[in-house]
Amino acid sequence: MDAHVAQLQMQYRNYILSLYQQGFLDDQFTELKSLQDDGSPDFVAEVLSLFFDDCVKLVGNMARALDQIGTVDFCQVGANVHQLKGSSSSVGAKRVKGLCINFKELCEAKNYEGCVRCLQQVDIEYKTLKAKLQDMFNLEKQIVQAGGIVPQVDIN
Amino acid sequence: MSLFHVLGFCLKIGQLFWMLCCWFLSWFLDADKSPLDPDKTKMKNHNKMCFLWNKISTSGLKIPPSFSHHLFGSVRFGKTFWRKVLVAWVVSWVLISFWTFWCLTSQAMAKRKETLASMCDERARMLQDQFNVSMNHVQAMSILISTFHHSKFPSAIDQRTFSEYTDRTSFERPLTSGVAYAVRVLHSERQEFERQQGWTIRRMEQNPVHKDDYDTEALEPSPVQQEYAPVIFAQDTVSHVISLDMLSGKEDRENVLRARRSGKGVLTAPFPLIKTNRLGVILTFAVYKRDLPSNATPNERIEATNGYLGGVFDIETLVENLLQQLASKQTILVNVYDTTNHSQPISMYGSHVSADGLEHVSPLNFGDPFRKHEMRCRFKQKPPWPVQSMVTSFGILVIALLVAHIFHATLSRIRRAEEDCHKMELLKKKAEAADVAKSQFLATVSHEIRTPMNGVLGMLHMLMDTELDVTQQDYVRTAQASGKALVSLINEVLDQAKIESGKVELEEVRFDLRGILDDVLSLFSGKSQEKGLELAVYISDRVPEMLIGDPGRFRQILTNLMGNSIKFTEKGHIFVTVHLVEELLDSSDVETSSSSSTENTLSGLPVADRKRSWQNFKAFSSNGHRSLALAPSEINLVVSVEDTGVGIPVEAQSRIFTPFMQVGPSISRTHGGTGIGLSISKCLVGLMKGEIGFSSTPKVGSTFTFTVVFANGMHSTERKSELHNNNQPEFEGMNAVLVDHRPARAQVSWYHFQRLGIRVEVVTSVDQALRFMKTYATTVNMILIEQEVWNKEADVFVKDPLVHSPKLFLLANSIDTSVSDTLSNVIDPPVLIVKPLRASMLAATLQRGLGIGKRETPQRKGPPALILRNLLLGRKILIVDDNNVNLRVAAGALKKYGADVVCAESGVKAVSLLKPPHEFDACFMDIQMPEMDGFEATRRIRGMEEEMNNGEALTVEEGKRSRWHLPVLAMTADVIQATQEECLKCGMDGYVSKPFEAEQLYREVSRFFNSPSDTES
Repeated sequence: MDAHVAQLQMQYRNYILSLYQQGFLDDQFTELKSLQDDGSPDFVAEVLSLFFDDCVKLVGNMARALDQIGTVDFCQVGANVHQLKGSSSSVGAKRVKGLCINFKELCEAKNYEGCVRCLQQVDIEYKTLKAKLQDMFNLEKQIVQAGGIVPQVDIN
Repeated sequence: MSLFHVLGFCLKIGQLFWMLCCWFLSWFLDADKSPLDPDKTKMKNHNKMCFLWNKISTSGLKIPPSFSHHLFGSVRFGKTFWRKVLVAWVVSWVLISFWTFWCLTSQAMAKRKETLASMCDERARMLQDQFNVSMNHVQAMSILISTFHHSKFPSAIDQRTFSEYTDRTSFERPLTSGVAYAVRVLHSERQEFERQQGWTIRRMEQNPVHKDDYDTEALEPSPVQQEYAPVIFAQDTVSHVISLDMLSGKEDRENVLRARRSGKGVLTAPFPLIKTNRLGVILTFAVYKRDLPSNATPNERIEATNGYLGGVFDIETLVENLLQQLASKQTILVNVYDTTNHSQPISMYGSHVSADGLEHVSPLNFGDPFRKHEMRCRFKQKPPWPVQSMVTSFGILVIALLVAHIFHATLSRIRRAEEDCHKMELLKKKAEAADVAKSQFLATVSHEIRTPMNGVLGMLHMLMDTELDVTQQDYVRTAQASGKALVSLINEVLDQAKIESGKVELEEVRFDLRGILDDVLSLFSGKSQEKGLELAVYISDRVPEMLIGDPGRFRQILTNLMGNSIKFTEKGHIFVTVHLVEELLDSSDVETSSSSSTENTLSGLPVADRKRSWQNFKAFSSNGHRSLALAPSEINLVVSVEDTGVGIPVEAQSRIFTPFMQVGPSISRTHGGTGIGLSISKCLVGLMKGEIGFSSTPKVGSTFTFTVVFANGMHSTERKSELHNNNQPEFEGMNAVLVDHRPARAQVSWYHFQRLGIRVEVVTSVDQALRFMKTYATTVNMILIEQEVWNKEADVFVKDPLVHSPKLFLLANSIDTSVSDTLSNVIDPPVLIVKPLRASMLAATLQRGLGIGKRETPQRKGPPALILRNLLLGRKILIVDDNNVNLRVAAGALKKYGADVVCAESGVKAVSLLKPPHEFDACFMDIQMPEMDGFEATRRIRGMEEEMNNGEALTVEEGKRSRWHLPVLAMTADVIQATQEECLKCGMDGYVSKPFEAEQLYREVSRFFNSPSDTES
């Protein structure tokens, strides 16, 4: 039983590390995790679900705005990108954030092609992240069910 | 010597000649093989030439198939011009040689003809002369007869006298074989004459008879004629003609008649002579009764005729005799003809057999105008082969062909060279492309291998955490080590490939060199402590604090060199120094003298001569003025990594920078590594406009030195000291005493402490330290002591009461047991500073050790999170952000510190919540929000506060808070100066960056909130 837990913990640790190494997450996510304590046990999940809801909404908004070919409101897209950038930097979604920074520049340059491409990337990226984090939560759950505790991962 | 040359030359010529022969042969064979039109073969010579010319020019010179086969298929149009020139050259020289041949031959012919003519004329003249002499003599004899026979009575001459006389004078008539005299006898006088002579006049045989059968007696008497001319006297040689009537012979009669008519010597046509039957001519002179005048008529002459004197010329024999007297008889053939009748010349002498067609005709004048004679001469032999002209013309041809051959060979060689060059270029391009492809392939493949390898390594790591027996663990560990080695190899290969394919571009960023070195040092600190090595860095003061360049790559080089050093060093030290090139140039003399003493090294062990490692550097070249060429903002650094390791064997030193070359195969087994590191380092150093070199002494150690060029990252306004202060202000102004007997090591320690702003006094022994302490005990904050010194003299030191007041620090290479033992014995154990020294570690340790100093400023120490909690506990804080996620995160962060957090999603709502009197202690406000942004909201709040303040000033009594002012902090992601100013302008009190950082949050918050403990107390 203990071995199983240990293995799960190991797997969890490596998984988290790989997320950091592959640049999905940055220190802010660590910060976020550190904010979770007994007082708010689901804090991270809560924030993340907020974030992903935001993503869906904002990406949808931007897609609609970019659909109006010829009359694209770049200001509106820019505002949405800004929102997304803020959210992603808050949760430490490094890749999404990076994309948003590019996206914003493209928006300011009113580069339609670039914006569309970037939007697609953002869409792919946040969905990937969502899947990855879902896996992470599943692992956490498994550990807890197996009677272990979720280990603190020191990324340094 | 010259003989050899001549021999060689002959051989060469022979070879060429042979080749030419082959060439010709093949040419003609080639021409024969071609289907020739039968008409064309009958063409005249020059037509043939034309045809050949056409053939040659149309067939594009396939003449020499024997040695030009390599040209087939590679004939290019551009070369046809030269080919035509070549053919024209050959043809023209063939023509010229033929012409020469013809010229020379015709010249020879002319000469031959001339010779023949002169010889012929000579012979003709001789013959003529001798004939004339004979003729004259015969004439003289006729006068003799006229005088002594006819004018005397009785005659003074009889047959015997005559024959005797003629015989004795025959030498005078070299051409005559005999003379005879016939008298004119009329028919009336015949009987009288016959009676007188005693014989009858006989006529000549009409049919020639054989010589032996000739018998005068047998001849019949002459028939009756008008007159007779019987021979009365004759030389012995012709005595058989006596009594013959000359008029009875056809030839003789004609001759006699002509002679008496003309009064001159007359010749017969050649005819076979009586009895001898040989060919001869007879010269006849008439003998007259009286001396006739020269203009006498023929009738007068006939009247006066007494007799006829005839000389027989046996031409054949005579000419033979004559010619024998002359030289070169063999060379020519002489023919003499009587050409009185032009259509039928009568041959008098000579055969007709001759091979040569050349003939010369010389006229002969024998004094008889009626008869015409000529001499025809020919050469006996055919003309000899015109060897000279043949040789000459052939020589010309050979020379011309040789020249053509050389020309042709040159052309083909040039073409071949061009083709080769072309081929080489193609190959070169291919090779370059292949090289690039190789690098790209390496880069791609390495990258692709890395990804799965990470998986493998991760899994191995996990596997190690499972329950394994010892063997399994060993296997897994080995597998993991191999995997790691593979990954590092791949990384290195990737690097190398990237550098080779020119994909590496250096960054241009501002960086802190000392920080980088500290980092690298901490990287190796574990290993060095494990091995007990002294690891140290010294950076010259003159090196600027901030540089601009590629810190990552610089770090890579350094890591590499230090990694090698660590790998190969078992005891002693590894010492990294950074200087300016100028600095070393200035002090190079001092360096040499000081480094020569082994005592002065970091660990006291001898090292390789550092100076030799850079002796080949351009920057250090004898004039040493390269630094002048650098722009003033460029910093030329010299970095040396010195170790006391095994050193590099002399035979391996030359290939040390070659990729994958290690000292020996055993190295990689014992120490690992791929041998690519130094090659990469060299490439990188090259990219940084530097050079790398080393000096190494086996068993002593190696020193690697490289130079790099960075830009100066220091602004002129910045002062170095300011930067120092910013880093670690708390140690500024402290004093320390360092006890170390090694100057080099002391200097390194001194350097690190003074970086923190600590003034260090170096003493070489414990005694000196104690003496120093006596005078300055009060001002010294700490005593630093080397482990080496401590081990020897710890007891003395600890017992001294002077030492107890300042804090004692021990500088050690590793935490080994001996040190810990001694430490535990002491009452107030010294704080251990484990080398390598580096700023952050040193500062932390000193902070820990100087606990007293910390306690004096407690609120500034300790983890910020804790203090924040103190500050924020129970505070009611409003957070305004339109972004849910941000809001939630910020709220979570503040809640964690114990704050009571209220959220607002928009500026409007915030304004409505923040109506004074305030129930909140602070507000964190996002700037960029829809509808109402943070600036606007703050402005409104400030406006309301202003109103309130003004109103309250009238109503509220004094002692109460005079002004409402809620701390409003901006939350912003971009930390640009302009935004900060904007924040302050619209009434905000500060800003925090959006993902909260504890330090910054603390800094801002502490400005507004006093700590609860203070307020409580």
